[in-house]
Amino acid sequence: MQRIINFILRNKTSLLYFFLLFIGLALTVQNHNYHRSRFLNSANWLSGSVYQSATSVSDYFGLQEENRRLAEENRRLRQRLFNLPPTDTVLLDTARLTYQVLPARIVKNSFTLPNNYITIDRGLKDRVVQDMGVITPLGILGIVERSSNHFASVQSILNTRSNINAKIAGTDYFGSLTWNREDYRFAQLEDIPRLVPLKVGDTIVTGAMSSIFPEGIPIGTIARFDLNPSQSFYQIDVELFNDMSNLRQAYVIRNRYRPEVLELESETENGQ
Amino acid sequence: MGNNFLLGLLRFAGLVLLQVLIFSRMNLFGQVNPMVYILFLYWYPIRENRSALLGIAFLLGFAVDLFSDTLAMHTVATLTTAFVRPALMRFVFGVNLEFQNFRLNNSTRVQQTTFLALLILVHHLVFFGLEIFSLTNLLLLLNRVLLTGLGTFVFALLLSFLFSRHRE
Repeated sequence: MQRIINFILRNKTSLLYFFLLFIGLALTVQNHNYHRSRFLNSANWLSGSVYQSATSVSDYFGLQEENRRLAEENRRLRQRLFNLPPTDTVLLDTARLTYQVLPARIVKNSFTLPNNYITIDRGLKDRVVQDMGVITPLGILGIVERSSNHFASVQSILNTRSNINAKIAGTDYFGSLTWNREDYRFAQLEDIPRLVPLKVGDTIVTGAMSSIFPEGIPIGTIARFDLNPSQSFYQIDVELFNDMSNLRQAYVIRNRYRPEVLELESETENGQ
Repeated sequence: MGNNFLLGLLRFAGLVLLQVLIFSRMNLFGQVNPMVYILFLYWYPIRENRSALLGIAFLLGFAVDLFSDTLAMHTVATLTTAFVRPALMRFVFGVNLEFQNFRLNNSTRVQQTTFLALLILVHHLVFFGLEIFSLTNLLLLLNRVLLTGLGTFVFALLLSFLFSRHRE
């Protein structure tokens, strides 16, 4: 007994080190799983508030640029609106719309890690919950992964775990948008079969196979593609419309029918 | 004692804020984010209570992790650096370490710089090793360690000159 106590006393620093190391590694491994811990991310109260106050200062330096971007978005939306076929009825009751859009501000952005997360200043109090889509005036941004009361942590499309349904604009050929972590300006489109005719410069938009994003939100254009003769799918690099290193304004999209879709899908799966 | 404690606390908070608000957003050349909070281990008193240092290093890494959504990568890297710090000091300062009134300030510039560079090297090796999580991308690992290490080194050196109490 005496010797055990002596041993512990002699090596107490090393033991403490290994104990703390074990905690650290356990947290790392846990963090690599999909279900990240509820409080230990940058959407928590403390880091969220610090980032928010920093953003409220740095926002002033980009006001002009931001204004120009929003005006450009307004122009695009108005152009589409004026060219829509006239309708007899206009829905005034927002509760009957499929998609609701909520403006949000990005308080923390990252794009150099293999798994990037973005923090926005909307949370549970605005009914922002897991698996809502987040876009910017230019294109797609990511999917909400966690939310606290006032903030939400968004899994960026620049995340090796991100996988988003995308298609070639104007067609119904769809694939998955992933990221190979090499360059923050390019994402990869997979599973497009080899018989599809492609051109460099074709636009990629979100597909209809998800209940998170509405169909047709711009993602980027094809920068280059490769067709290995032995493979049946293209390897496509998509140049993103968003400059992921320079983001400020975002919109959160809530799909009113998503719970219904999910319920139906789980019933079908369980029924099999 | 109380003064030292206050200074340490101030350094801790200052370095964490400096790291997450400025250096983590720097993205020099698209990928280099210097990790200057490692200066805490450089400035920490030479004659330390090792267990206390380990605990503080754990908290320091954890605080940075919380802000950058990289849970426990900074923690493990900082903790390991704190653990090997005495060995590094013995390597760099040698017998000088035995003198009762030895301080970081009265060692030579070369010794200080080597000490800082070694701290950064250990920290970045562990950090990027964890981030990439496999040895198949050894070249990528070395590339990132070297580039970011160089960035950290330059900025940490500048900061250490800026806050040095040793006036010439």
